[in-house]
Amino acid sequence: MRFIDEFRDPALARRLVAQIQREVAAHPAIRPVRLMEFCGGHTHAIFRFGLRQMLEGDVEMRSGPGCPVCVTAAQDLDHAMAMAEVPDVILATFGDMVRVPGSHGSLQEIRAEGADVRIVYSPLDAIGLAHDHPDREVVFLGVGFETTAPGIAAAIMQAEQEGMPNLSVLSLHKLTPPAMCAILDAGEIALDGIIGPGHVSAVIGSNAWQFLPQRYGMACAVAGFEPLDLLSAIAALVHAVAEGEPQVTNTYARSVRPEGNLVAQHMLGSVFDVGPAAWRGFGEIADSGLHIKPSLAHRDAAKRFPVHVERVNEPKGCRCGEVLRGVVNPEECALFRRVCTPRNPIGPCMVSAEGACAAYYQYAEVIDDRP
Amino acid sequence: MCLAIPTQVKAIDDHGVATVELGGVARQISLIMTPEAQVGDYVLVHTGYAIALMDPDEAQASLATFAELAKIQDALEREASTGDRFAGTPSSAASAGVER
Repeated sequence: MRFIDEFRDPALARRLVAQIQREVAAHPAIRPVRLMEFCGGHTHAIFRFGLRQMLEGDVEMRSGPGCPVCVTAAQDLDHAMAMAEVPDVILATFGDMVRVPGSHGSLQEIRAEGADVRIVYSPLDAIGLAHDHPDREVVFLGVGFETTAPGIAAAIMQAEQEGMPNLSVLSLHKLTPPAMCAILDAGEIALDGIIGPGHVSAVIGSNAWQFLPQRYGMACAVAGFEPLDLLSAIAALVHAVAEGEPQVTNTYARSVRPEGNLVAQHMLGSVFDVGPAAWRGFGEIADSGLHIKPSLAHRDAAKRFPVHVERVNEPKGCRCGEVLRGVVNPEECALFRRVCTPRNPIGPCMVSAEGACAAYYQYAEVIDDRP
Repeated sequence: MCLAIPTQVKAIDDHGVATVELGGVARQISLIMTPEAQVGDYVLVHTGYAIALMDPDEAQASLATFAELAKIQDALEREASTGDRFAGTPSSAASAGVER
């Protein structure tokens, strides 16, 4: 496939690995360089292509909170489940969401008990559902970062244009830079550099990460999802650390412009206001949530279907919170693999295809650096 | 969740809806966020929307950088292996100094 296959050349990948090793060897004081890949898609790609083992000893990778399903607070999930049980409501959402445990059960479980929960590929499918079921209320459970939120904004704008009365959105959309700040401000983990999320940056632009070198003295490389993309980002970060010159590098320029996608940003601004949001593992982070504007209150499912949601605690013993903050690796959780498995996930990081725990579990047999 | 796939625009209708091929299946996607996309262009598709227009020049530039880097790396490795065989010769000492 064009724009993908060329970026998987194993011979070039080996050379990039050699370059990284050479640079670290020339600067032994920086060894091992500890990097966080913010994005869960990167976590999986890094495992899938065996990059961790290739760089072992020189570069240490930590997974970040870049899995929207994983950072959805249990209370917000309970909210969605309560909404799915309102008579006449069809709750539509992305496939990943239905298996995530709330405080009591998941969307999948309440679906088995009769709630009308539909898995859709696109917000456009939710518009289709609202068309097909004029006598029902379609609530779209909107989860996702800056990559996904513009599509929800587009769907809301389309519903407005068409005067469609029966489509609303429960927006759990979140912004990534504030979470990055929360991790760095907490200071729980010492990092040398950040691999910036590629598809988030396609929307917000690589310039959106300038605060990392400016405010935190932290290098950032925006990366794509193929081996050469990731290795060139790691090489750029190692170089920045070795030279002591933190900056933002865009190694995914075929998809990411410095300014991002201005049309998508404008759509976000016309539909959403920025406000606080609850993140699993973090608690509330200021200015990290996208809330539907008061002028579009009739599209806001939270206002349209007020339901009562209890305050809840996270599952006992689950360390997803620390995993999401990069403080521990999944293997340091006592539940990991013993109690918590993809078949019986206790925490969200084991549920989502891009959760760190799911990645560690799936690729465990090829990891040889465990004690 | 932020998975997005580059795919070629095969056709565009009057409403900015494009036909693309995803995983061997023809699909309709919205070009509302990439109004500049033309038939034949590649776009990055996420949840039914094109979120970016792929830039073939930038892709080429990245690949050219990798190729250049591979050349440098090969030269360094050749010199390193020459250095092993003729350890202690002035030329290998000089080339070792070239390494970063």
